[in-house]
Amino acid sequence: MATQTSPAAAGDRPTKEPAGPARPGGGRQQTTKNNRWSTVLHRLDVKGAPYAFIGPFFVVFAAFSLYPLIYTAWISLHRAELASMDLMEWVGFDNFIELAKDDRFWNALGNTFTIGVLSAVPQLLMALGLAHLLNYRLRGSTFFRVAALTPYATSVGAAALVFTMLFERDFGMINWMLSLIGVDNVDWEGNKWAAQFAISTIVIWRWTGYNALLYLAAMQAIPLDRYEAAAIDGASRWQQFLKVTIPGIRPTIVFTIVLSTIGSTQLFGEPLIFGQGPNGITGGADNQYQTLGLLLYEEGWKNYQMGRAATVAWAMFLLLILIFAVQRLLKRLAARSS
Amino acid sequence: MKITRNLLRTRGTAVISAVAALGLLSACGGSDSGGTGGGVKDGKTTITMGLFGVMGFKETGLLEEYMKLNPNVRIEAEIAGDEQTYYTALQTHLAAGSGLKDIQGIEIGRAKELVDTQADKFVDLSKVSGNDHFLPWKLSQVTGKDDKVIGLGTDIGPMAVCYRKDMFEKAGLPTDREEVAKLWDGDWSKFVEAGKTFKKDYKGDKVAFMDSSSGLFNAMIYGNSEQFYDKNGELIYKDSPVIKEAWNLASEAATSGLTAKLRQFQPGWDPGLANSTFATTVCPAWMLAHISEKAGDQNKGKWDVAKAPKGANWGGSFLGVMEKSPVQEEAKKLVAWLTAPEQQARLFEKIGNFPSSQKALEAPEVANAKSEYFSGAPIGQIFGAAAQEIPDEQVLGRKDGTIKDIFSQGLTLIESQNQSPEKAWATTDERIEKAVG
Repeated sequence: MATQTSPAAAGDRPTKEPAGPARPGGGRQQTTKNNRWSTVLHRLDVKGAPYAFIGPFFVVFAAFSLYPLIYTAWISLHRAELASMDLMEWVGFDNFIELAKDDRFWNALGNTFTIGVLSAVPQLLMALGLAHLLNYRLRGSTFFRVAALTPYATSVGAAALVFTMLFERDFGMINWMLSLIGVDNVDWEGNKWAAQFAISTIVIWRWTGYNALLYLAAMQAIPLDRYEAAAIDGASRWQQFLKVTIPGIRPTIVFTIVLSTIGSTQLFGEPLIFGQGPNGITGGADNQYQTLGLLLYEEGWKNYQMGRAATVAWAMFLLLILIFAVQRLLKRLAARSS
Repeated sequence: MKITRNLLRTRGTAVISAVAALGLLSACGGSDSGGTGGGVKDGKTTITMGLFGVMGFKETGLLEEYMKLNPNVRIEAEIAGDEQTYYTALQTHLAAGSGLKDIQGIEIGRAKELVDTQADKFVDLSKVSGNDHFLPWKLSQVTGKDDKVIGLGTDIGPMAVCYRKDMFEKAGLPTDREEVAKLWDGDWSKFVEAGKTFKKDYKGDKVAFMDSSSGLFNAMIYGNSEQFYDKNGELIYKDSPVIKEAWNLASEAATSGLTAKLRQFQPGWDPGLANSTFATTVCPAWMLAHISEKAGDQNKGKWDVAKAPKGANWGGSFLGVMEKSPVQEEAKKLVAWLTAPEQQARLFEKIGNFPSSQKALEAPEVANAKSEYFSGAPIGQIFGAAAQEIPDEQVLGRKDGTIKDIFSQGLTLIESQNQSPEKAWATTDERIEKAVG
């Protein structure tokens, strides 16, 4: 609205008004006063209104992101139990030192990493292939695009529950199918790698279509003449894909890698539901698929040790920052070397 | 003219957004009026309840009936399926001081922790009239300092062994419940011996003798008056002969392939019941409803109930009234009514939750109860006798529920991860240190 009237026009208006002799001086003074007031208002409008518009976000951000972040840091320096949060005991960095010495933390970190790689790499590769296929002229392409996005629209809970039933040891469908080709029942939940694979499947199923659509959007922005030029030069489809498509959507690929890294670090719902009950919280009887998110939950909402849970939360936060610092560094090095 | 209108509109929007933002914040600040608790409106009292699992009040229509008897009372019950989830929410609400219901269910594994740390948030129920009908040890479990009683008892969990007659027959074991009970009379290790015979002689499909080793472990430790803690609240599980013996026998069962490697009430257990993959399960009275529901009609009459080697109590709950409740008096009345002998007897008749009231135990509909599903087993008699065998003192500990979970997982390490019992014990020990330290 403010942009509809240009500031110059508004500010200049009083001076443009002819000072007719018929007007009494008092009236004129009144106008200047009015004008000054409206100038102030106008200033406020132009300079202040944007802040008012973005204000709510920052208020909400401060209340629901910044404050919890700082408060979590504060709690992590204490020994605090959920039932008696009013009686926190200052322990300095003890929680962090304890965490660094705790096998469970390193185990969870390792699991988070392995499940992350197991799920992110195939997921992104498959998404790339899927996007490439969707990028062809297809009959009913809208249908396929919507279909690709359907798993993403499913809730984590529902998806994880269904997969848990599929991967069930005694009566699950996957073991039944394996038995047809003579493979003995696999204890998907109890075996470390089987469990991590099963959990990754849930993640892959949910996110592949989503990433594919991101890639597809980027692919459609690549000018067609590049493909034509490549075709004239005698490049095969595969070569076109490698030399034109991939470089063309590189920023999107980086973006999806960043997204999946964040997603993997926070992996929580899938393993929790996959284990169900006490085993879900601890990530299996042997912590074989406990992620950092689950460790946080176990400390906070099973052991009710809020100080230690907050420490895990901050460790996760610092870890993400570290990952991005490393990534930026690599990018800079790569840029310098080329 | 146009400018001013624009200005006004802009300012208006700005003001609205600022107000909206503040509104959002204040809405989150919450009020200290007791959260979602009930209240009195237009002469009608609303009482809210937080329950878990199959406590049965809503399912059997008792709440409906109370509302009919007291037309001025409306009851809103929220039931969480899983006790762990329920307790986590309760802890959070207690810590925050909001979101509590007027009446909250208390599971036995959490009773001590609540008595020790949260007693001031519960109303004292020791003076409620007619609460002298409970078993002697029931109310003492929720009695804290100054004889404050934070909850009235609902059910208890005397234990027996539920077994499959058809499978016992196939293994050449006796099928009559009296003779089956004699197989392991007085000693749980005889139960494991019977399992070995079963495993050796069973002809037919792959069927395990028992569902899980943790069920056996629970049954053994709950036959003693002290489990993980002693009377002074000290952790004694490390040196307790009872725990050691239960651990050794349960891990023996696990390593001898007697178990179906399931975890009770976890995924796989229900289909195990439905598809008949195990022959026995140690069953507290409240588990019968679950078994008959999950094992389904096709297995009706194949199950039976035999006396356990030793009397023990697994589970049982309480109902407490919150200090913050605006309708304390009404809530107390409701709790007293729900836990009265008549109602407990009816709950038992309908869903098999065993009464914690001495009076209800003597009622003919309890004492003479038979279960059609379990081959007409005289469950009133069997569980009644088991209830009398339960030690008169039941020492609870603050983290009983958590420690029990950790032990179950320790046994899973042996069962499913093929760890040695020694290594699994070391892991269990370390985890308990972490969880309670």
